Amino acid sequence: MSTRTLVSPATLARPRGRAVYWTVFTTVVVLFAIAFLFPVYWMVTGAMKSPDEVARTPPTIAPKEWHLSGYSDAWDLMQLPQHLWNTVVQAAGAWLFQLVFCTAAAYALSRLKPAFGKVILGGILATLMVPAQALVVPKYLTVADLPLIHTSLLNDPLAIWLPAVANAFNLYLLKRFFDQIPRDVLEAAEIDGAGKLRTLWSIVLPMSRPVLGVVSIFALVAVWQDFLWPLMVFSDTGKQPISVALVQLSQNIQLTVLIAAMVIASIPMVALFLVFQRHIIAGISAGSTKG
Amino acid sequence: MTKTAARPPAEAIAVHPAQAPPPAGGRGRRRLADQVRAYGFLLGGLICFALFSWYPAIRAVVIAFQKYTPGSSPEWVGTANFTRVLHDPEFTAAWRNTLTFTLLALLIGFAIPFLLALVLNELRHAKAFFRVVVYLPVMIPPVVSALLWKWFYDPGAGLANEALRWLHLPTSNWSNGADTALISLVIVATWANMGGTVLIYLAALQSIPGELYEAAELDGASLLQRIRHVTIPQTRFVILMLMLLQIIATMQVFTEPFVITGGGPENATVTVLYLIYKYAFLYNDFGGACALSVMLLVLLGAFSALYLRLTRSGEDDA
Repeated sequence: MSTRTLVSPATLARPRGRAVYWTVFTTVVVLFAIAFLFPVYWMVTGAMKSPDEVARTPPTIAPKEWHLSGYSDAWDLMQLPQHLWNTVVQAAGAWLFQLVFCTAAAYALSRLKPAFGKVILGGILATLMVPAQALVVPKYLTVADLPLIHTSLLNDPLAIWLPAVANAFNLYLLKRFFDQIPRDVLEAAEIDGAGKLRTLWSIVLPMSRPVLGVVSIFALVAVWQDFLWPLMVFSDTGKQPISVALVQLSQNIQLTVLIAAMVIASIPMVALFLVFQRHIIAGISAGSTKG
Repeated sequence: MTKTAARPPAEAIAVHPAQAPPPAGGRGRRRLADQVRAYGFLLGGLICFALFSWYPAIRAVVIAFQKYTPGSSPEWVGTANFTRVLHDPEFTAAWRNTLTFTLLALLIGFAIPFLLALVLNELRHAKAFFRVVVYLPVMIPPVVSALLWKWFYDPGAGLANEALRWLHLPTSNWSNGADTALISLVIVATWANMGGTVLIYLAALQSIPGELYEAAELDGASLLQRIRHVTIPQTRFVILMLMLLQIIATMQVFTEPFVITGGGPENATVTVLYLIYKYAFLYNDFGGACALSVMLLVLLGAFSALYLRLTRSGEDDA
């Protein structure tokens, strides 16, 4: 893996090259620590300072006294268990709905040759041209009063789950993957007497684990990080996910408690990232290496 | 991604017959049953797309020409919504802020990640560390990043001014000053999002064949000349793609102004999407909100169309 880059290995091997390399390396490490790790450190320790200390100028690098009460207060006062649970329910449901409906639709479009399949695919791909946020108001009106059945999904997790299915990017990703599966494999399954659902379940899905992983991570992260849509749909404070609750409660709460709540809200996604970082980073890097 | 597709079970190929067995029953009935089954699989997805993508897109255009409040029957008003919105002093501010934000985000959001990727690609140690650390802010919920920076920007005990004092530089009002608020938000957005951009540039840089640099160096090209004549032309496509994506994303900015500045001071950070939100949920004027949405939709739709066209032609070339 020693492919040649901008600077040649020969230049680097010289004493001057080595000195420059290690200077640059150290600078970048320090810079990264300050820019990306320090804010996280500041947040985690800020929550452990006393309310006086956190407002002090100049600020203290490490808390003089370590309090865990910021975290426990945030947990209780801001009803974090409730909001975290809401977020988990919303994210898990959106993930499940997307996986079931997008996979089924992608399989149909890729393998079952429905009439007007090309038109439907075209309609789905056309939505990629519509920026999501620009449609947020008419989408809200639709959710508030569903056509034909005239029901409101406001304050209902379905308002997150169902629109999540209409994700053209994930659907197209799945369809493209299913397209690549060799015809022989599916025909063999059919000859062995497997129905379409059976083929999907026992042949296609096990082969598709990498894409399903990518789609799952995209789906979970998208719901966990979203703010505007849940802000619109959940007016009931008891149903709000943590992102909305944090902003709503940030006005009248002590700074240390708010910071502690911010840390707690970040933990699930950061943990997910640290566990799956290899896959996530590989997925992003593979995403657009075209050209 | 093609790794698993490359291992069909061996026996599957062995039993593959020369011809498929003739379909049982009437051909017409068989085809109808196939169609019903295909649509059975499609149904859930189709309903969701119809309800939450296609219908709202049409509806945005319709409501833009109506006086509409939920609960009462809509009334056609022609282009009145557009003229009303256009005469709102906040309209000019919102578009000016959004375009400035996008332009600044493009300058800062292109230059810093590209330079970072360029440097990281030369470093031979701790590669995993750099990748994980640069992507860490992306995984922090945007609301948390916004609240975190709001705290940093605090004029009194904020870290941003403390850093300036430490460097013996004059302090700033950051997000609280009318002239510095927008750039403060650009800094937050860049910090929070650049991880993904850096990783994509890094992948693009790694795909440049080393021989090109070697040949350039033999021809006497200096470091800067190599960047200019090898690196940039070789990554031009990725640069263009990411710039388009960034324009589309930053023109929809909402969380940072909503959380950090509330659109202020003096409307300095009201963005188009923020204004849409205000029309709908503060003024209860859904006609105005949809008129604004349609404007945003047309502009961003053009960029998206261009993006899709380019990616598709890029795939054909590859």
